[in-house]
Amino acid sequence: MRRLRRHVNPTPCACSDYGARQDRTIIIKGKQAAPRSRYPLWTWRHVLLVMMVAAIGLISSGSSSVASAAGQEAEQQIVAVNSDDITAESESSLLPAPNPERSDYPNIGVSSRSLVWVIAQMHLFFGALVLAVPIFVLVIELIGFRTNDDRYDDMAHEFMKISLTAYAITALFGGALALSLFLLYPDFMTYLTTRVFGAQMLVYATLFFLESLLLYVYYYGWNALRYGNRKWIHLTLGLLLNAVGTTLLVVANSWTTFMMAPSGIDTVGAVVGNIWEVMRGPLWNPLNLHRFIANIAFGGAVVGAYAAFKFLCAKTAAEKAHYDWMGYTSNFIAILAFLPLPFAGYWLMAEIYAYSQQMGILAMGGILAWLFVIQAVLICTILFAGNYYLWTGMARTEGSHRYRWLIKYIAAVLVLGFLVWVTPHNIIFTGDEIARLGGRNHPVLAPLGIMPAKNIAVFLMLIFTFLSFQIYRRADKVITVSWESWANALMVAIYIVASANVIFAGVYYGYFTNTVYKVGSSVIQVGSTLVVIVSGVVIDTLMFKGAKTLPVSWGKISGRSQYALFALPVAFTWLMALMGYVRSSVRTHWHVYAVVKDNSADNFIPTLQHVGNMVTFATVLFLMFLLFIFWVANLSSVKQVPPVGLASRAAAAGVA
Amino acid sequence: MNVLLKTLGFSLALMLTFTAVTYVLPQMKGEAPEDRDVDVAALTMDSFITLGEDLYVGKGTCTLCHNDLGRAPNFLELNVVGTSLERIGDPLYQGDAMDAAGYIRESMLDPNVYVVKGFGKKGSDDTESPMPAVDKPPTQLSEVEISAIIAFLQAKDGNPVTVALPAQTPASLVAADEITEAAKPVVARNAEEAIAKYACAVCHAVLDSEAAIGPSLNDVGERLTINEIRDSVIAPNAIIVEGYAAVMPDLSETMVLKELELIVGFLAEQTGDQL
Repeated sequence: MRRLRRHVNPTPCACSDYGARQDRTIIIKGKQAAPRSRYPLWTWRHVLLVMMVAAIGLISSGSSSVASAAGQEAEQQIVAVNSDDITAESESSLLPAPNPERSDYPNIGVSSRSLVWVIAQMHLFFGALVLAVPIFVLVIELIGFRTNDDRYDDMAHEFMKISLTAYAITALFGGALALSLFLLYPDFMTYLTTRVFGAQMLVYATLFFLESLLLYVYYYGWNALRYGNRKWIHLTLGLLLNAVGTTLLVVANSWTTFMMAPSGIDTVGAVVGNIWEVMRGPLWNPLNLHRFIANIAFGGAVVGAYAAFKFLCAKTAAEKAHYDWMGYTSNFIAILAFLPLPFAGYWLMAEIYAYSQQMGILAMGGILAWLFVIQAVLICTILFAGNYYLWTGMARTEGSHRYRWLIKYIAAVLVLGFLVWVTPHNIIFTGDEIARLGGRNHPVLAPLGIMPAKNIAVFLMLIFTFLSFQIYRRADKVITVSWESWANALMVAIYIVASANVIFAGVYYGYFTNTVYKVGSSVIQVGSTLVVIVSGVVIDTLMFKGAKTLPVSWGKISGRSQYALFALPVAFTWLMALMGYVRSSVRTHWHVYAVVKDNSADNFIPTLQHVGNMVTFATVLFLMFLLFIFWVANLSSVKQVPPVGLASRAAAAGVA
Repeated sequence: MNVLLKTLGFSLALMLTFTAVTYVLPQMKGEAPEDRDVDVAALTMDSFITLGEDLYVGKGTCTLCHNDLGRAPNFLELNVVGTSLERIGDPLYQGDAMDAAGYIRESMLDPNVYVVKGFGKKGSDDTESPMPAVDKPPTQLSEVEISAIIAFLQAKDGNPVTVALPAQTPASLVAADEITEAAKPVVARNAEEAIAKYACAVCHAVLDSEAAIGPSLNDVGERLTINEIRDSVIAPNAIIVEGYAAVMPDLSETMVLKELELIVGFLAEQTGDQL
C-alpha cells in the first residue's frame, strides 16, 4: 500500500521539499560545506556560547549583546555569502530557511511558548517604559527650563528615577529572553540572528551601550547641569538619549515585522536583499509609529500610578499637592498619547490587510476576532478611567461649575459607545435559541455587531473624551479675548459636524455599500476626529492668550480619583499584552510567516481562557516588579535618623 | 501598608474582571495543519470529496474569505461549475482553462487570471486578487489536496466530478505547477489568434484574407446580430447562405468558450467600414 505524504511543497525551486532542505550541501567559496550538524551537538555548542554572551550582557546591563555576540559566527557566513565566489545559480537557493522538525525543539517539561511569552512580555513592558519615560521627561524638563519653574524640573527628575530602576530590570529580562529563545528555538534563532540580521545585531548592541551611557549621565548629571547654559547641555543629552532609544525601538521592531511580513529574502528564506531591505518590510513603519505612541501612553500611565500611590501615602498637604499635580500631568500625557493611538493601529491593520488579506481576516474576522471584544472592554476602561479622573479633577478649581453640566452627556456617550462596542455580531447559539431568534443573528442587535457600528462608537468616544479634556483645561481659565463667543460657536459647530460626519460615514458606508467600500468610512471618521482635536487645541491656545487663571487647589481631590490612575496602567498593561499576542498570533503556525514553519508542540492558537490567564499572569508579575521599583525609588529618598547616642557623640566631638 | 493592600486589591480585581471576560466568550483552539498520511489506494471518490471538504474548511483556509460576509464570493452558495463556465467566457478572463475543473485549479494556483469585480486588491482596479496561490506558503496545498478541493466544489452542487482520483504512483506527488504546465491547452489569447487557430481565413474573407469559399466576414456585423453570429459559429450548417455550400466544420467540440466569445465579439464589430 503506497502512502502519500500530504504536505508536499510543490514550489518549483531547487529545494522543493522543505524537509529535505537542511540536508543539501552548500557551495561556499568553491568548497563543499558540510551539511548542518544535527541538533544535540549544535545546541550545546550554542548554549555555551549564548550563556557566556548572556553573562557578559547581564553584567553590562546589555541584553542586546546576547544576540549580537551570538551572531559573530553568522557574520563569517554572511561575508561568505556575499563574496563573488558564489555562483549565480546558487545565489537564490543558498542558505534557505531551516525547517525544524518537532524533535528539533528541546523539551524542558513546561511549555516553551508560555515561558518565552511571559519573559518576552516582561521585557516589552519594561522596554516600553524605559524608552517612553525619557521622551516626556525631556518635554517636561524643557517646559520647566523655559518657565523657570523648578517644580517641572523636580518632577521630570523623579520620573527618571523610576525609569532608571526599570532599566536594569529591562536588561535582565532582555538577557533572559535571548537565552530562552536560543535554548528553546535554536534553529529559528540561528536563522534570524546569523543569516538574516547578522551584523545589525552588533549595531543594536552598540546602541544599547550608548543608551546606557547616556541614561546614566542624563540622570546623575541632572543637578550638576541644572541651570544656565549647562541646562542646554543636559537637554542635549536628553535629546541624544531619546534619539538612541527610538533607534533601538525601530531596530528591534524590524525583527518583529520581519517575522510577520518578511522582506529581503526569497521564497525559501534565502537572504537576497541587504539589511535595509530586510528591515523595511511593509509593516515596519506602521509598527514603529504604533509602538512609539503606545509607549508614551503606557509610560504616562505607569508614572501616573506612581504619583497616585505617593498621593495616597502622603502625610502633608504639600506632598499631596505635589503628587496630585504629578498624577494630573501623567494622566494628561497618557490620554494625550492615547487619543491618536487608534489611528496608528488602523494604519498597522490596514497594512496587514494589504500584505495578506488572509492574515488580516484571521485577526479581525477569524479565530482571533473575539479578542477584540476584550480589547473593547479594556479601551473603554481606559477611557472611563481617564474621563473620570478629569471630571473629579475639575473639583480643584471653582471655575469648573461652568462646564460640569456637560459631564452627564459625555458619560452617556461613553456608556452607549461601550455597549455598542462589546456587542458581538453573532454568538454560539443552541438550536432552540436559533429557532427563537429566527436566525443566527439577533434581529435588532446584529447590525451593532459589525465594524461600522463599532467605528462610530469608538470615534464618538474619542471625540467626547477630547471634550472632557477640553473642558478640564478651560475650567481654571476666564477667557478675555473679544471674539470668545464666536470661537465657542465655531467649536460647538465643529463638534456637531464631526459627530454627524462620523455617524453618517459609518451608516452609509457600513450598511449601504459593498464590503469593499466599508473601509472608506474610516478615512472620513479619522479625519473628523482629528479635526476636532487639532482645531480644539488651536482654538483654545489662541483663546488662552491673556486669559485670567483661577486658583487651582492641588491636592484637593478625592482619594477615589487616584484609583482611576491605577486603572489606567492596569488596563494599558493588559491591553498591551493582549494586542501583542494578537499581532504575534496572526503568523499562526509560522515563526517567519510563510517561510519558517513552527513545528513545535505549541504551534496552535490557544483558547481565549488560556490567553486571558497568560496575560493576567504577565500583568500581575509586572505589577509586582513595578511595586518593587516604586519601593526602591522611594527608598533612595529615605534617610535613617541617627541613633540618639551616636548623634550626641557626634555633637560632642564637633564641640570639642 | 493599608494603601498598598487597597491599590493591589483594586488592581488585581480589575485584572480578574478582564480575565473573566475571556472565560465567557466562546473558546476555540486553532490547530496548526498537520502532516497526515493519505492512503491513496484506499481512496474512493466519496472519501476524496470528503477530504476536499475537510481541506476547504480546514487547512486550505478557504472559508476565511469565501463566506457570507462579502469578502470573497461564497462558493458554498454558488454553483461553482456553472459560475466557472460563465467566467471563462468573460472577456476579462486571462487564463487558459477550458472547463470548470481547469478554471478552479487555475484560480487556486494563479488567482489573478480572473478577479471578480469588486474583490480585487485595493487600488488594483480588480486586476490583482488578494488571494494567495494555494500551492505556495502559507497555505501550501499539494496537487492531491487541490484536486480534492476541486472534487468537493464540483460534487457539492450535484455536478459530475471530473478530476481523477490520485494515481497510486509517485506521479501524484508531482508539483501542481508541473501538472498544470503539462495539461495546459493552447487557447487563443485574442480574436486574431482564434481566427488563425480555427483557420477561418481559409474560407472566409477576414483580416487579410480575401477567400470566397464562405461568405465574407468583413461586413458580417452589419448583416447579422451578435447572437446570430454566435449561432452561426456554434451550428454553421443550421442556416446556409444562398450560393454557398455547407462545408464549414463543426467546431463546438474543439473551440473553448473564451475563443468563441473572442471571435463573436470581433466579428460583431466588422461592419465593412474598416475596409
